[in-house]
Amino acid sequence: MSRSTPLREVHESLGATLTDFAGWQMPLRYGSESAEHNAVRTAAGLFDLSHMGEIHVTGPQAGEALDYALVGHLSVLEPGRARYTMIVTEDGGVLDDLIVYRLAPEDFLVVANASNYARVAQELAERAKPYDARVEDRSDAYALIAIQGPNSTAILGRLTDADLDGLKYYAGLPGEVAGFEVLLARTGYTGEDGFELFVRPEDAVPLWNALSEAGADLGLRPCGLSARDTLRLEAGMPLYGNELTAEMTPFDAGLGRIVKFDKPGDFVGKAALSGRPAPDRRLVGLVARGRRVPRHGYPVTREGEVVGEVTSGAPSQTLGKPIAMAYVSADALEKGGLTVDIRGSQEPVDVVDLPFYRRSK
Amino acid sequence: MSSIPDELSYTKEHEWVAGLDDGLTVTVGVTAFAAEQLGDVVFVQVPEVGTNVEAGDAVGEVESTKSVSDIYAPVGGEIVETNQAVVDDPSLVNSDPYGEGWLFRVRVEGEPEDLLSAAEYTTLTSGES
Repeated sequence: MSRSTPLREVHESLGATLTDFAGWQMPLRYGSESAEHNAVRTAAGLFDLSHMGEIHVTGPQAGEALDYALVGHLSVLEPGRARYTMIVTEDGGVLDDLIVYRLAPEDFLVVANASNYARVAQELAERAKPYDARVEDRSDAYALIAIQGPNSTAILGRLTDADLDGLKYYAGLPGEVAGFEVLLARTGYTGEDGFELFVRPEDAVPLWNALSEAGADLGLRPCGLSARDTLRLEAGMPLYGNELTAEMTPFDAGLGRIVKFDKPGDFVGKAALSGRPAPDRRLVGLVARGRRVPRHGYPVTREGEVVGEVTSGAPSQTLGKPIAMAYVSADALEKGGLTVDIRGSQEPVDVVDLPFYRRSK
Repeated sequence: MSSIPDELSYTKEHEWVAGLDDGLTVTVGVTAFAAEQLGDVVFVQVPEVGTNVEAGDAVGEVESTKSVSDIYAPVGGEIVETNQAVVDDPSLVNSDPYGEGWLFRVRVEGEPEDLLSAAEYTTLTSGES
């Protein structure tokens, strides 16, 4: 039996197609997912992300505990700021990618993916044991609503006195929106400017409605997971389960820069990650020359030989062509002439730098 | 609830067949139910005119943002016409699945089998949605 977010009835009244995602009934799309995608690129989109997990790590040694438990250097994070980081196994395999907010000197909020947060909470609790820190899975205490797109500041500004211009990318502060207490964060997963609002579950519906009304004349539309996936793909952002798995290290995914070997002390995965050989394959962007779409799991080929695998693929609204992310052997990348085996036919693709799309500032 | 016109026949693969009563050439497309399930259609591949197909053959593809589905020949015969408009603008499958979004025409050979009436197709889809 899959779980529902506090916004389930709102989604149903908007005519959403619901889908099971990581054990949750989530909106896949409300109408046309292409229109939703384009709304976020050109105006704004409203997302229910209440399936995400929220774990609080508190106490005098909360920062040190996270330094040991995660690959990042969280104890130096300023209160009010956030970091993208990962939790890995002793072997260096990625258990999840995370955003960690430092809400106060002794209060960190770890946001984990829906499919992983129970495991993440359990691992954090285990790893924090030697420290004067407390780990608490408070996922049920939060709903999460995101507003993303170039008009999101203007829309949110109608509902809050918070200093939105002063709120930097990857910053988060307590505030009030439409009279509801929220943690207001300038983060997202779309490649656009935008905000994520952590709110009490009982306030989720009125907050959603207030945002919908405030954005009605500014092109705001509700957006489902389908648009979220194509938006993050264009922005070259990894998705756990596709680009990131426990069989891969952060270095495999081209995200080695988030592993802070120079932070003080040991951390889980340090030995494995520092001794690792250079990855022999790279995560790259592919643009198909034809109209058929390379999809998750399709082999990347070269002269009939398998040289890699597609991790995510979709038709790109912004580029007007199918795009994909794939792990491809360094050798094959050097030689070029890559194809993707799309149900038996070898379709030519071009390798491009990620991201596919970068917003103009 | 998506529309299921009474005058058409249907397949379990969510295609519709028009013109069976005339017995010569039938028109084939995907149903409104299928179009809704697929989401925005971005690519349509139709069979080549002149191809001889048997009922149940995979003869084309409909690709949406999230998925790709095979198109099957609902009847055996020769492909006599395909819809270039839907190849050029795949969104016609979403906007007008029973009209402008038709896919191909088959000159029927032999007796069509296993097609569903509108009532039978309604029962099939009410179990899936």
